Order: sequence, then C-alpha cells, then structure tokens
Amino acid sequence: MTTTADASAVQAAQLQPHCPTYTALSPRELAAVRADFPILERTVRGGRRLVYLDSAATSQKPNPVLDAEQDFYEKRNAAVHRGAHQLAEEATEAFEDARASIARFVGADVGEIVWTSGATAAINLVAYGLSNATLGRGGDAARRFALAPGDEIVITEAEHHANIVPWQELAARTGAVVRWLGVDDDGRIRVDEAADVVTERTRVLAFTHASNVTGAITPVARLVARAREVGALTVLDACQSVPNIPVDLHALGVDFAAFSGHKMLGPTGVGVLYGRRELLEALPPVTTGGSMIEVVTMTETTYMPPPQRFEAGTQMVAQAVALGAAATYLSDLGMDAVAAHERELAADLLGVGDLPGVRIIGPSEATDRLAVVSFVVDGVHAHDVGQVLDDAGVAVRVGHHCAQPLHRRFGIAATARASASVYTTADDVAALRESLAGVRTFFSVA
Amino acid sequence: MSSLEQMYQQVILDHAKAPQGKGLVETAAGHVAGESHQVNPTCGDEVTLRVEVADVAGADGSSVPTVTGVSWEGQGCSISQASISVLHDLVSGRPVIEVERTGEVFRELMGSRGKGLDDADAEEELGDAVAFTGVAQYPARIKCALLGWAALKDSLVTAGVMTTKEQA
Repeated sequence: MTTTADASAVQAAQLQPHCPTYTALSPRELAAVRADFPILERTVRGGRRLVYLDSAATSQKPNPVLDAEQDFYEKRNAAVHRGAHQLAEEATEAFEDARASIARFVGADVGEIVWTSGATAAINLVAYGLSNATLGRGGDAARRFALAPGDEIVITEAEHHANIVPWQELAARTGAVVRWLGVDDDGRIRVDEAADVVTERTRVLAFTHASNVTGAITPVARLVARAREVGALTVLDACQSVPNIPVDLHALGVDFAAFSGHKMLGPTGVGVLYGRRELLEALPPVTTGGSMIEVVTMTETTYMPPPQRFEAGTQMVAQAVALGAAATYLSDLGMDAVAAHERELAADLLGVGDLPGVRIIGPSEATDRLAVVSFVVDGVHAHDVGQVLDDAGVAVRVGHHCAQPLHRRFGIAATARASASVYTTADDVAALRESLAGVRTFFSVA
Repeated sequence: MSSLEQMYQQVILDHAKAPQGKGLVETAAGHVAGESHQVNPTCGDEVTLRVEVADVAGADGSSVPTVTGVSWEGQGCSISQASISVLHDLVSGRPVIEVERTGEVFRELMGSRGKGLDDADAEEELGDAVAFTGVAQYPARIKCALLGWAALKDSLVTAGVMTTKEQA
C-alpha cells in the first residue's frame, strides 16, 4: 500500500455520512497497514504466527520508514550543515525536512525540535541544562533555570525511570528536593494533590502524558495550569502518547517534551526534545563540540541558536530522516483514526480482566487510556506468564517496565503488559486471551 | 515434550510450589555465616540467601569447612524460586569445596543452550538441578535460574570460606 492511497482511504472513510467523526481503521485499511510491516510475516517458536503485543516497548517499522533510511544512504548520504557539494545540500535538506515533519506532527515550530539519541537523552538534556544554568552558564538569560537548595522538583509515582532518575540526580547536584504526586488505585495520577505538592518552591513539574504501565492518560492541562500559577517549568514525557494519539504540544502548553523515535514506528537511536522557543533560546548547551558553535577561539566560544546549540557532533541523520518518514506515515493514516483504532483495542485488551485470576493494573475503563494494559495473574509470576504466552507466539513485556516505584505502589514486583500499535488487530488480542486462559492450568493454580 | 514443558519440568514446578529452605534462619552459635542479597534488575526478582559454615570432622579426621545450613527469603518467578529451593537441597551438609564445584557445573549447564553437559558424572552431581537444562534454551531466563547460585557464591565469599579467586 502507498501512504497516499492510505490517506485517501482514510479520508474517504471519514466522508461516509453514516460514519462518526473519527472512524477507526477499516478491516481493509488495517490489512493494508499490516502489509507494510515485513516483520509481521515471520513466525516464532516453531512456526507460530507472531502476535506482537509489545509496541509500548518498541514498535515495529513499516516499509516507508525502512526505505527512507536505505534511500538516504543510497542516494543522499553526506555530512549535513557543511560542505558545498550537492550531496551535502540534499542530505541537509532531507535532515531538516524531517525536523519539519516532526514539528508538524506534534504541533510545534521547526526551531523547537531538537534531535536527541532518544527520550532519555532528551530529559537528561533538560536536567543538565538546568544544572549548567545553576552553575552560572548561559548568563543572565539562563538565570531563570537556576536551582537553589530548597527548590523543589515535582514528579509523579507513575513515571518511567527516565523521568525519575535524571531529576533525582539534578536535585543531588543542586540541593533541590524531589517531591511527587501519588497514584490512585486505578493507576491514575492524583492530579488533585498538585494543589498541595506543587507550590511556590516548585521549579520543575515533570510528568508523563500517558503511563507506560497503566496506559492512563494524564490531564495535562490541569497540571500545566497549576505549574503556571507557581511559575514552574513543565516537562512532559510524551513517549507513549505521540505514537498513539494526536498530540499538539502548543495546545498542551508544556514547556518541554520528550519522545522517542523507536516507539513511533521510527528507528532506534533517534528521539526528540521539544522546547518552547524562548526557553531553548535561554537554555545553555549541554553536550558541546562541533556543529553547535559560531566562533571558537583558543579561550572562548559562542554558540549557535537552538536547535543546533543542542546538537553537537555528527547527528543520527539517516535515523532522523526515517523518523520523519514515520511521522508522515502516521499523519497519512490520520492520528484520529489511529487513536480510534487503538481505543477499540484497549477495550478488547481490558477484556482479559474477566479471565479467572487475572487482575488489571490500571484503569479498567477504556476512556482516557491507551491500549497499554498491564496485568497480574494470581499465583503465577509475570515472567512465567510471559513464557507461556511466548510459547503461543504472543510477545508481551514482563517485569517492572522501568517503573519500579509504580509497581511498588501496587505492592507487586512485576506485571505482564500487552500493548498495541496501529498494526495490532482484534485477532492479536484474541490470541492473547486464548493463551492467557491456559496459564493458570499450566501452573496448576486453577 | 514441547520446549515449554522441557523448561517447566515437574520437579521445577514442585519446588516452586513448595520451596525448600525458605525463611531466614538465625546462625547457630560458633558457626560462621555469610549472606548475600541479589536482584535481577530486569524483572525485580530478589533473594537474600544466608549460608552457615562450620568445620566438620572428615573421614580422615581432618577438619573440613562444610555448608551446614542454607536459608533464604525472596520473591520471583517459578524458575528462580525453584532453583534456589533445589540449591538448598543440593548443597546443605556438603563440604564448601564440593559446593563450589557444583555451582560451577550448574553454571556450565546454564551455558549449554539446552543441550546439557554430555557428562554423566557432572549431571549426576547436579541431581535435581539437571531439570534446569531446558531453561538454558531461553537466554532471558538463565539469569532467573542463576539468581540463587550467585547469592550462594557471594555469601560464601562474605563468610570468608570461598576458595576460588573469582568473585560472585
């Protein structure tokens, strides 16, 4: 399938008078999407169909993404932002076009998109930028970022370790204190606690847009409003939201956001830091060296404006170009259609909670949540659950999903997690359900 | 037998259901104890294992450092729990030097990719632990089977009786 045909198919579907505003993918469209993902054709564990339900860990990649990376190396590979030759021009154009695609995809301006090696690097970039500002780097403009002992950084109990540890480290370097919002029994962040926990002392409020464990979507506007009341910077972990629901960062009003390429059908090795333009302009650099400078003398250096200021050294150009293709692929499908498709899958996935001994960790209703469903099976450890599912070709994640505090909150060490993407089908969920139904029998606990 | 059934042998499932040596035991007076806490960071499984060592008179009358007791506390998957339970049964009451060798043989078994050791003596030495041969087909699960053995090795070091130079 070509992405153009796909886009018109989605548009055609949306023009049907009997259809709701946002239709999910039709069976024909879904089949066409699946045909774009070569890996879905392979079998596992002795000839079983691959039922890939681990997209929240990393998504699979469609041909247009794979082709974009190959095509770049075959036809346009050159160093970007330098060189006077045609290849360098074309490579730079492809690289910057990809940035523009990403900016459009998440409702940002092109100068607000910084390439990073991934979301973890993006969050660390903000934390170390603040750290450098605290040390006086970046001059007067950066003073707004400086932290002092007694300042507070607020996170939540639902965070991925990548949105916890960098803030603990920043606090240790600056004397600031980390506080957090708790999580309800149904896995939702206790936004109400922000009224007490987010105060005039709060300098940073870092939180996830959607939990990679519970799938719960955070009411971003409420937290942004509270942060603004006290003048705190907001940092959004958008790793799970950007691949699965429409995200408009300007509309959300966050100051910074981070997301990874490999979870949104793109390659590994590339991610994105979004920063509001005026903030990126004031933020001192973190990684320094080539490509991010204006004038270098033997004693001092001046820096490029953002985003280049934060892109020292040779960038992951081919990966960025391919990530641009991933954004285009998703845009052509339409993120409303993708989200509608995954809402149906979320409801299907939540159905496993009806199986005897299976308990969902997270919201039990399909609203305001992603198709990311974690569960425990009474009497059977998650690792053992995953092994039995794997034997049926069903790939799920087991463990703490890089969210130990959240698991501790629920008094469990590990969960199994099934997560969907644009290529996931109701048949995939049915296969999960069928193999999951046999787990307790296999371990003689039912 | 499917790969899954090869992995979850009945003896493993039995040990997982009724783990032996679970519950930390206070060290007897005059005995040396070593303790180790090990975590599998990928899944959060953990064990605290306590080993008790005393000199026991050998057949020739010489004094032989011997593992007189193993007790543990922890949580984890059936593979890790069963492996610690089998370890308990296998090493309790045996000379430290033999216990170390058994640990090495078990590590070799885990590196065999499920093919086994092709060494009847070695497999004899492992007893019930041979049941973990199938686990070695699954690289992600080898750590589960080795969790308790890593704790044993480390606790023998802390007890001051580990004779090999290699650290746990």
